[in-house]
Amino acid sequence: MLTQTSLNRILYGSRGFRIRVPISSCTLAAGAGEVYRKVIKVVEEHGVDAEVYRVGCTGLCFMDPWIELAREGLPPAIYGNVKTEQIEHIIKNYSEGDLSEATAVRFKTGSGGPPALEEVDFWRYQVRYVSRNCGLVDPESIYDYIETGGYLGLKKALYMKQEEVIEVIKTSGLRGRGGAGFPTWLKWKIAYEQKNDVKYVICNGDEGDPGAFMNRLLAESDPHRVLEGLIIAGYAVGATRGIIFVRAEKPLMADRLEKAVEDARKLGFLGKNILSSNFNFDVEVYRSAGAFVCGEETALIAAIEGRSRPRQRPPYPATHGLWGRPTVINNVETLAHVATIFQTGVEEFVKHGTEKSRGTKMFCVTGAVKRTGVYEVPIGTKIKTLVFDLAGGSIEGRKVKAVQIGGPSGGCIPAELMDLEMDYESLQSYGAIMGSGGLVVIDDSNCMVDVAKFFTSFTLAESCGKCLPCRVGMRHLSDLLERLTSGEASLEDIEVAQELGESIARSSLCALGGTAPNPILSTLRYFKDEYVEHVVNRRCPAKVCAKLVKYSVDPALCRGCTQCARVCQVGAISGSPGEVHRINYDICIKCGQCLIACPFGAIKKV
Amino acid sequence: MYRGRLNPREVVGEVVSKYGCDRGRLVQILQEIQKTFRYLPRESLEEVSEKLGVSLSEVLNVATFYHQFRLEPVGRYIIYVCFGTACYLRGASEVYEAIRRSAGLSNGRSTTEDGLLTVEKARCFGCCSLAPVAMVLSSDGSERYVHGKLTPQAGRRLVFNYRSKARE
Ligand SMILES: Cc1cc2nc3c(=O)[nH]c(=O)nc-3n(C[C@H](O)[C@H](O)[C@H](O)COP(=O)(O)O)c2cc1C
Ligand code: FES
Repeated sequence: MLTQTSLNRILYGSRGFRIRVPISSCTLAAGAGEVYRKVIKVVEEHGVDAEVYRVGCTGLCFMDPWIELAREGLPPAIYGNVKTEQIEHIIKNYSEGDLSEATAVRFKTGSGGPPALEEVDFWRYQVRYVSRNCGLVDPESIYDYIETGGYLGLKKALYMKQEEVIEVIKTSGLRGRGGAGFPTWLKWKIAYEQKNDVKYVICNGDEGDPGAFMNRLLAESDPHRVLEGLIIAGYAVGATRGIIFVRAEKPLMADRLEKAVEDARKLGFLGKNILSSNFNFDVEVYRSAGAFVCGEETALIAAIEGRSRPRQRPPYPATHGLWGRPTVINNVETLAHVATIFQTGVEEFVKHGTEKSRGTKMFCVTGAVKRTGVYEVPIGTKIKTLVFDLAGGSIEGRKVKAVQIGGPSGGCIPAELMDLEMDYESLQSYGAIMGSGGLVVIDDSNCMVDVAKFFTSFTLAESCGKCLPCRVGMRHLSDLLERLTSGEASLEDIEVAQELGESIARSSLCALGGTAPNPILSTLRYFKDEYVEHVVNRRCPAKVCAKLVKYSVDPALCRGCTQCARVCQVGAISGSPGEVHRINYDICIKCGQCLIACPFGAIKKV
Repeated sequence: MYRGRLNPREVVGEVVSKYGCDRGRLVQILQEIQKTFRYLPRESLEEVSEKLGVSLSEVLNVATFYHQFRLEPVGRYIIYVCFGTACYLRGASEVYEAIRRSAGLSNGRSTTEDGLLTVEKARCFGCCSLAPVAMVLSSDGSERYVHGKLTPQAGRRLVFNYRSKARE
């Protein structure tokens, strides 16, 4: 564990005053770049003896961009949602010991003042195990990582025999965090037992589930942890080469991992005779051109080989993988867990989680909640803890209706089942999957049939077309949903959708098709009434499905700007400039363009 | 990296000699060619097929499979509107429609007449907390901007701003 000196060095830096600014994709998008420049400017202009320090992100996205000020003798204080014009003021006040405006402090030294992290809801239900360094260290500094105990795990592993390394992971009970929850040790053991002079280990950083970005966050904020895990995996199975697979949509993640690989090579954690052992191993970062199915392991291998499309399993990659050689594929978070287990010991890891699934997992909570972000909690934590306690529940005036878990292969869990514990088995029995751990919260402004349609068109577009059930079956499902959301379907169609979904799931080649019907099956299971409403009353209760709503002008808001009349393609809107406009329902084709065009929000769906 | 009027065949020659005649590097070779032309010209694909000794249909198979590759010329800026789950549920369709309309795009076209802007749908950028999100890339890959919490109104402003920027 971290010694006090190391901790102090990380917290306050060598000058005793460190100002941390998160530089990662999401914080940059929220304006962290300007914040960073402004902090540097203020520090220079006022001669503040502080080190402006780039770090990764904590995952508390709702407060982006944030900064943290930490001076020896004062509690490190986090300021959320900072604007550039506040920075001068924040630095001045903090330096004078006035912390009153901070969102939270890392720990308290006295009473009063802003709450400590362990007291606030968005932190205290978390167990920061793999994400411990996120937002604390400079992701581009290997020395920061080493200071926190980094590469100690590798050192310990290299003192053991390969079987012993596998045994450690077996006792930990670690299961893959990439979706299926397959026992990590078993995959390793199979690959280890293959007699072959060339073996590969691959880190799956494809992360194609929309709504999931914990892998990106982890790799951008603490890339060495992922790399260390990969090297340990390589040692355990006897591989000579590792590949980190990252998609083109996430360039900063690839850059940081590449930098980590270079630095590790310089310090002898990669290359020949690693740490004076007789283990030789090197790693390459592979930038994928992006396709959802590439996250699936056989498709991922095909991509690296320059082909596309998955293939039938078995044989599994552990025996016949990349270029036909034994290959282990593990998820980013799985590997970060491996490194942490070796650094801190199995006991620390098994403290959390359930009997069947040990440890913690990072979850992304997005959609209709107050505090979107990435939260690391023990496996088996209730859905409601994530959605309500950590993420703060629904947005003002709205009601949470369901949570979509596991991306396009997952399902929707209704609000009544929020007591459900998040582990692989429970979720599966309720029609969802843990997947990569993305939770998209759906509220009463979303239509469940539309949600099903969205996912169906997603997987249809991503289906590689190799097998018939997925290619043709999903097309039919998509057409059916189109009819349902247009009010042109019959009750019988709902039954057909159910049957068709079940048979696609049974007969597809890879897990993409096998899980593609999940969104429709799970919405049918819990929200059948919404489907029926679309058919019988031709009504969309959430007023989402364009063909089933009417548009009308709110006379109180309309200023007669004529925008709506001008965009209307069929001339259904009439009115003179400066007067309230009117929609002729006999002509209106419900395209919704007027609603988008209106600058005053005067057009409403009814 | 963008280099005016180049002969696709020459460029392919350069790229292939850099990566070697290795069909396993097909994706990287295509990535590199796209960096030069901003899209994959037909002749370049034919040349790749000849050089690597892979059938043209196999090259096209790979080129159409991945989202990153484009077979048509694009505008100076490409506005990618995220259609990931979080963005979709927070109103990405309205933003997309507003952007297309104010860019003057209709009938399935995705690049404007003046060749300045291209508007496309994209998958999640992992910035879901800021949904709905759009990422704007300059087609030479040198600039990259992310815009979050968009509304149709903000989408229209985006088109205006990037169109002016593209004219500079
Ligand atoms: C369609 C599809 C997409 C997938 N996408 C990912 C992904 O983005 N990241 C990932 O780690 N695993 C993904 N998987 C799971 C992988 O096939 C594989 O099981 C996983 O990487 C194994 O790592 P683990 O054992 O550490 O979980 C996907 C599977 C399917 C069927
Ligand atoms: S869903 Fe749009 S950025 Fe993730």
